[in-house]
Amino acid sequence: MELEILVCIKQVPHPDHFSEIRLDVSSGRIIREGVPAIINPLDRNALEEGLRVKEKFPGRVTVISMGPPQAQKALEEALAMGADRGILLCDMAFAGADTLATANTLFYAIRKLGKFDLIYCGNETMDSGTAQVGPQLAELLDIPQVSGVQEVTFGDEKILEVKRALEHGYMKVRVKLPALLCVTRDINRPRLPTVQSIMEVAQKEMIIWKAKDIGAPPESIGLKGSPTCAAGVYEHKTGRRREIMQGSIEEKVQRTVARLKELGAI
Amino acid sequence: MSNSGEIWVIGEQRRGKLEEVSLELLSKGTALSQGVGVTLSSVLLGDEVEEVARELVFHGAEKVYLLEDARLRYYQSEAYTSLLAGVIKEHKPQIILIGATEIGKELAPKVAAKLGTGLTAHCIDLYVGEVDAAPHLIHVVPGWGGNLVMHIICPQKRPQVVTVKPGVLPKPVRDENKKGKIIRVKPDVRDQDFSRIETVGVVEEPPKGKALESADVVVCGGWGMNALGDFSKVQELADILGGAVAGTRPAMDKGWVDEARMIGQSGKTVSPGLFVSLGASGAMHYTTGFMGSKVVLAVDQNPQAPIFQMADIGVVGDLCEVLPCLIEELKKDRGG
Repeated sequence: MELEILVCIKQVPHPDHFSEIRLDVSSGRIIREGVPAIINPLDRNALEEGLRVKEKFPGRVTVISMGPPQAQKALEEALAMGADRGILLCDMAFAGADTLATANTLFYAIRKLGKFDLIYCGNETMDSGTAQVGPQLAELLDIPQVSGVQEVTFGDEKILEVKRALEHGYMKVRVKLPALLCVTRDINRPRLPTVQSIMEVAQKEMIIWKAKDIGAPPESIGLKGSPTCAAGVYEHKTGRRREIMQGSIEEKVQRTVARLKELGAI
Repeated sequence: MSNSGEIWVIGEQRRGKLEEVSLELLSKGTALSQGVGVTLSSVLLGDEVEEVARELVFHGAEKVYLLEDARLRYYQSEAYTSLLAGVIKEHKPQIILIGATEIGKELAPKVAAKLGTGLTAHCIDLYVGEVDAAPHLIHVVPGWGGNLVMHIICPQKRPQVVTVKPGVLPKPVRDENKKGKIIRVKPDVRDQDFSRIETVGVVEEPPKGKALESADVVVCGGWGMNALGDFSKVQELADILGGAVAGTRPAMDKGWVDEARMIGQSGKTVSPGLFVSLGASGAMHYTTGFMGSKVVLAVDQNPQAPIFQMADIGVVGDLCEVLPCLIEELKKDRGG
């Protein structure tokens, strides 16, 4: 069994720096300059899973990302982890995409790339966290999909037994390949690149495609292809009291208990 | 917005019991449908779940489209998707509300993609407002971990689909006197919908300890609990307050709490009467998980920690001193 494996990744701002992302109220633009970027953590689990499958059966791992030019860094990191080739979908025409337009963009790129047996995504991203692109992409590709994947067992004839997370417990799902799986952090521990694998990156294939390269109709991608759009961005007002208790530790604690009672919280 | 087209809440049941979020959505749906002047309906898939359909009526559904079949007992990815897309195409609701449960988070994007329509995830509020002098359903979503909120609209495509996490909207009101129509829809359950993917079993693992979702007090420990060596004082405080224990992502990484008790954007959202945050600096992806709490008490040693901006009551101090003292004070208080 030789498998074609695709891993979808996204470059996201480092979550520890989310509080540095600001809104310029006058222009309505989100300012994220200087905020370090990383591969979305669960996408590393997705890649690790793809690499493990490749090691188990022969196969090839392609890693794909839609993003600005600097997202190539994320793809290079994925190549350093062991992926065989990288595809960056980079075009101003992709900008402003909601999750459906993003899924459309990936769909057209995948159509151009050819058939895949397994597509892996992280279950959700750290930034917007919608968990939508994976299931939407699977629907467009007309292949079965499972979210919340914790464990995968390979059976015969390209059939997988998948353990899928529920709130309290799990579901056992039988899936036939080709399939798309959205993985959780429980599934594995992502590997780190080795010196050897980092040196191999330069020899690996990196493809950069624009909208016309993948034959994506303008009305299905970017802002135009997005059924939803932002009507405004606002700073979040918490409306909290922000009372800091003063005094010694004992006094602070006594005041806290008294205040909690006044507020009817205890 | 238009005054034709119903508003739908997708009812989610597991083993004949409704997910709480379906009911929470009905209370929001009631307000929206009255405002717009349209019917609030619900859709329910399952096996022998008519009683569950009646619960939807008691919580505000004026109509329930009921699709029953033995093979729909569990959530079935492709069967549920195609059946739901089918009833939606037939009845053309304008708005669909879905609970962002582990199942809903998969089902909603599949259905929305099948219909080629818009979908917004994890709304914290929904209301009808004006954008460029036209009425729209405003989907309020937290952005960048709650630092910002975004207003999303879906101007053209219908139905517009929205998911809301459990615990975000107010608890619903049940009224057995409410009347509604249960409309049986014969589901066209096809073998082919089970040939590529099939749910073959469900294993339930009930949570140990007090349930997070229904708790009126939640005590949440963060990385700062490291100073005390373990989570026992978090548990002790929760026990005194009759609350549930939770943790931040670092606390989960330490193994102090299960993933099911992790608070934050990629974890649980809770809206208790009292949320106590212990030793967490207040990273935005954490604080979105308890934004709806009535009162927030925060304890942390760093006076500059952003958590104090998100709290009603702040105590700056060493947890090793504050926490035992707080426990003693509350014990005294409870005892006397």
